[in-house]
Amino acid sequence: MATRAPARARRVKGEALHDGFLRYAGFRWLKIATLFSVVAMVSYMLVDVTPRHNGGSWYGYTMGTIGVILILWLTLLGLRKRAMTRGRWSLKTWTSAHVYLGLSLIVIATLHTGFQMGWNVHTLAYALMMLVILSGIFGITVYATIPSALSNNRAEMTQGQMLDALRAIDRQLHDAAQPLPHDQAALVRQSLDQAPFGGGLVARLSGRYPRCGTARAQTALRHWTGDHPDTGQEPLEKIDALLERKLAMLARLRRHLKLKALLEIWLYVHVPVTFALLAALTAHIVSVFFYW
Amino acid sequence: MTDRVRIAIVGSGPAGLSAAARAAELGLSHLLIEQTDHLSDTIFKYQKGKHVMATPSQLVLRSDFDFDAGKREAILGRWNEQAAAQNIKVAYNSEVRGVTGTGDPIPGSIQKIVNRKRDGTTETKEIQRLAPPYRLTLADGREIIADAVIMAIGTQGNPNLMRCVGADLPHVQYQLDDPAAYNDEHIFVIGGGDAGLENALGLAADEAQGNVVTVVNRSAEFASAKDANVKALMTAAEAGRLTIMSESTTARIEPGFITLDSRDGEVKLKCDRIIARMGSAAPRAFIESCGIEFTSGDRLASPSLSPVFESTALGIFVIGALAGYPLIKHCMNQGYDVVEFINGNKDLKPADEPILAAKFAALPEQKSVAEWLEFLRSNVSILEGLTPLQMREFMLESAVRAYRAGDVIFEKFDPGSSLFGIANGHALVEVAPGTEVEINHGSIFGEVGLISGRRRGSTVRAGADSIMVEVSRTAALKLMSSNPPAKRAITRISTERQLLQMFGAGLTPQDLSEVLDTAEIQTVKAGQPIIVEGDLGSDIYVIRVGSMIVEKKVGGKNVFLSYLPAGSYVGEMALIAGGPRTATVKATVKSEVIKLNGEAFTRLLAAKPALLERARRDMAARQDVNAFIESRKDSFSTVVDMYSETAKFLVDNGIGEATDVLLIDEHLCVGCDNCEKACADSHEGLSRLDREAGRTYAHLHVPTSCRHCEHPHCMADCPPNAIHRGPDGEVFIDESCIGCGNCQRNCPYGVIRMDSVPPKKPSLLNWMLFGAGPGPGEPSKKWRYNNAVSGVEMPKKAIKCDMCSGIDGGPACVRACPTGAAIRVAPEDFLTVARLHREAI
Ligand SMILES: Cc1cc2nc3c(=O)[nH]c(=O)nc-3n(C[C@H](O)[C@H](O)[C@H](O)COP(=O)(O)OP(=O)(O)OC[C@H]3O[C@@H](n4cnc5c(N)ncnc54)[C@H](O)[C@@H]3O)c2cc1C
Ligand code: HEM
Ligand code: SF4
Ligand code: SF4
Ligand code: SF4
Repeated sequence: MATRAPARARRVKGEALHDGFLRYAGFRWLKIATLFSVVAMVSYMLVDVTPRHNGGSWYGYTMGTIGVILILWLTLLGLRKRAMTRGRWSLKTWTSAHVYLGLSLIVIATLHTGFQMGWNVHTLAYALMMLVILSGIFGITVYATIPSALSNNRAEMTQGQMLDALRAIDRQLHDAAQPLPHDQAALVRQSLDQAPFGGGLVARLSGRYPRCGTARAQTALRHWTGDHPDTGQEPLEKIDALLERKLAMLARLRRHLKLKALLEIWLYVHVPVTFALLAALTAHIVSVFFYW
Repeated sequence: MTDRVRIAIVGSGPAGLSAAARAAELGLSHLLIEQTDHLSDTIFKYQKGKHVMATPSQLVLRSDFDFDAGKREAILGRWNEQAAAQNIKVAYNSEVRGVTGTGDPIPGSIQKIVNRKRDGTTETKEIQRLAPPYRLTLADGREIIADAVIMAIGTQGNPNLMRCVGADLPHVQYQLDDPAAYNDEHIFVIGGGDAGLENALGLAADEAQGNVVTVVNRSAEFASAKDANVKALMTAAEAGRLTIMSESTTARIEPGFITLDSRDGEVKLKCDRIIARMGSAAPRAFIESCGIEFTSGDRLASPSLSPVFESTALGIFVIGALAGYPLIKHCMNQGYDVVEFINGNKDLKPADEPILAAKFAALPEQKSVAEWLEFLRSNVSILEGLTPLQMREFMLESAVRAYRAGDVIFEKFDPGSSLFGIANGHALVEVAPGTEVEINHGSIFGEVGLISGRRRGSTVRAGADSIMVEVSRTAALKLMSSNPPAKRAITRISTERQLLQMFGAGLTPQDLSEVLDTAEIQTVKAGQPIIVEGDLGSDIYVIRVGSMIVEKKVGGKNVFLSYLPAGSYVGEMALIAGGPRTATVKATVKSEVIKLNGEAFTRLLAAKPALLERARRDMAARQDVNAFIESRKDSFSTVVDMYSETAKFLVDNGIGEATDVLLIDEHLCVGCDNCEKACADSHEGLSRLDREAGRTYAHLHVPTSCRHCEHPHCMADCPPNAIHRGPDGEVFIDESCIGCGNCQRNCPYGVIRMDSVPPKKPSLLNWMLFGAGPGPGEPSKKWRYNNAVSGVEMPKKAIKCDMCSGIDGGPACVRACPTGAAIRVAPEDFLTVARLHREAI
């Protein structure tokens, strides 16, 4: 029915068919990391180290060196993310490689230890590394599952708009509460005084705010409205409707904050523990070379 | 009372002021007539504290008044002082309503005024021009007699006035300078356009001001306002911050009250202030009534002027923005020049002479500026109708270059929207590898980029040693709007070339002549179909401007088949295969198509088997898509639906006119805003995108960021012409921006922000190691304030995405996204059935 003009220059920039970081280039880095791990495992079996595999054998050194280089490189992601230099790099590719090569560290580092653990700085470094990796696994899980929920919940609203909407409702509540007697007005005030960001980390992550002023104001005010017939005239009816709207908006904002917090919280483990790991690693290497 | 002066100057903007200053200096009797109670109303109305820019910098200022970049207040203050010191005679509060000659009728000099009515018909009025001296009639009945009149009234026009009883009361105003200046008032804003809505929102923004604001709109909808403004208004109304009265008009105004005619009858309301923003009438009708002719009927046209700025009415001169020169420096220079001319100075060279001389300096021959202008005008056919003054203006925005035989002028797929005219020599267009077509001396090329705003279709070389004029898109559009024969010539050539290029090699202009003679250019409104499924018809349509979508009814639903950018043709299936139309084709945005007569085209196909073969092949590809959709309609109906709906959503959000757009896949976006930070860090610390804002459908998010429109709305009205399309197809703003904010108002997608460059941040390492500075991304307002370099004023300029042009690696937003959620796409690549294939399988 219709025909396009002769094909134009191929785009080289953003691809029209795009992949996320996990699927990047047909799982290229998953394949590379798997190959890497398999080679490591097979050579572990084939190489004969006497008396037994350990970090100090030539095989152990090889694995250890690879591991350190990998860890240093993995840490560099934090720099790459923030240094907006020119050039043909993409953070997506970096993240993709980071995730899969990071996972391959489980194999590399474990083989490096030769399964010799103990209560020492060496094992501490190993444990810290595993902690970083575990938090990373948590990270990719939330990265894979939460974004669409975040998008659905916000329904084209920005966080700023949610706060604006709350403020607008508050203004209306404030005006509508003017004719109320003192005790009822105090209840409305409870909702007005509530800070939308209050409640602390637990509330933020769980999305539950048991001490929510708005919910309590509504419950309390319903004592008054409960036994009155709806006339559509009473100021309290209007307040009830406003509180209802405010609760709905609060619920959306809280879900938004919860989802955003989940997407970020793990980085507060991942990054600090990375630094602890770097410190432990240094101690591990220094002790190995100087206090044999 | 009747005054008599040698020169009457109407309007005290930079142009009029400078003219009056020159007249005073030369000791000529003069009067500067200004309708307001202050000088230079346009500049007076700029936002408080606005930094006024003095571009173009290479142009020298020639005026008895000073002007340099600086704050609005400083410039106006200086001018007021100088006006007093230099003994300029000013009549304030004097609106000129009419200018007529008092002498004898000038034989054969008749002014035709064409009035275009709403229903499309026109009415022509004829006025006999009378010889000078002129009588200027003021609004209050006073009269002034002058030998010469200088019109310098700018282009702002006059606001449409309220006409009801009480409209002249002092609390009715037509402008709002500072919304924060009013407290605890009942304010009515009349008018539902952007100006009205912005004023109302401003007045209601701060609750603490305690204003009760009501917007009065004549119709039920706010059709003429921007979406963002309407949305903000609705939210504000919902929040109870202001009231909207639609389908209402003002019946009466009394001190303290306003009476409105509303749907529910008359209502009388408390009212302390009325702000009427009902648009303004362009000054054209007034100018025409003085006997001054315009170059064409086009909205953008300026008056026809001689090289000394004299209009078609002898003795009436036009300068400044009204003459087509919107920059203050130009205005002031012209004010000086025109008085010199009136005073008999014949040797004065225009102040832009050195700029033009520089443009010609590199050419192989040595000629004077005037000779070069005449050489170009007489050799390039589309320039023939220009006056010497128009030629000067035209050349200021164009370039001229000499090429050696064989030099490449531009390459296929190069972006570029300029038009070339051949003043000398000829050009060779490579229509296919090894096949070149000659374009002769006097003709033009490159017009396709001009019309469709997309990439070049072929490589062009100089066929002999040649001289070519490169006409920027803006200059070309101005030329077309002011010169109807030039417009016809460009249109005919571009249609012919577009067809030749589209239908491939082997065709000659002769083959096409019948098709071209029956071709018709049609404008299609957004959403309007050009072809309807099931209809009979065999005409072919070529999309010249804009884009179309193809839809087909499958199982009672409209399924999106494909997206057609400008430069595609459609409709050949019915012609070749016969039968009714198999799909509907409609415009995504206001578009232009070339309609080719089906019968003429059939004859062309019959005569050219190669073309028929090509059309058959193209058709087969389309049929495959149709068949594919049909085959999927049961098993994959949800996928197909999703695809259709997503495509429609994108088209509804302006992707139909985009050439490159940032999309965010919200299946992947973790909300880290690294894209915004990267954008800010790649561009002087200001982000050009707002990731979270914007529309979303099925997790596909269109953030607030530039779409690099095919025909950028933002370019429409930029006084220094600072907006261009760059080498990668990006629309960008150069450093000559004067911060007037026109582009921000004109962009329908709200992607332009006005801001000043923030202070420099400490380096990334400094921040990482020592916590110095605000870290990556755009610094906060507070940090910017605290770290501002004192004494250096940073003017606010227009900021928008430039697609990271010149940055190796490409768009920073895409490179910096850790999950791959951010992508930049061209709509024709994104909206293809190929995606559906992939997703369905
Ligand atoms: C927001 C904004 C920012 C801008 N910033 C810049 C900048 O930074 N640098 C720059 O170079 N340019 C800038 N411009 C463009 C520039 O201000 C104008 O192009 C310029 O002022 C035009 O000068 P003018 O003398 O032709 O007319 P105007 O300045 O428009 O003056 C016309 C005068 O005529 C009066 N008048 C109109 N009709 C009548 C009548 N019938 N009788 C009597 N008097 C009448 C008006 O009251 C007015 O005072 C900006 C424009 C805008 C809108
Ligand atoms: C020892 C191994 C690892 C180290 C040292 C390490 C270190 C880091 C560092 C420093 C960052 C930068 C965080 C920031 O600046 O915001 C990061 C980010 C990240 N890491 Fe790791 N990491 C390791 C392993 C892993 C593993 C195994 C995974 C996944 C399974 C993973 C997933 C991620 C992800 C998804 C990010 C976030 C990218 C972003 O949002 O910018 N990491 N890591
Ligand atoms: S700024 Fe606006 S009008 Fe201009 S190209 Fe971008 S989206 Fe289009
Ligand atoms: S770029 Fe925009 S703000 Fe700057 S001068 Fe042009 S229209 Fe005005
Ligand atoms: S392409 Fe560059 S300028 Fe445009 S939004 Fe992305 S980062 Fe900003």
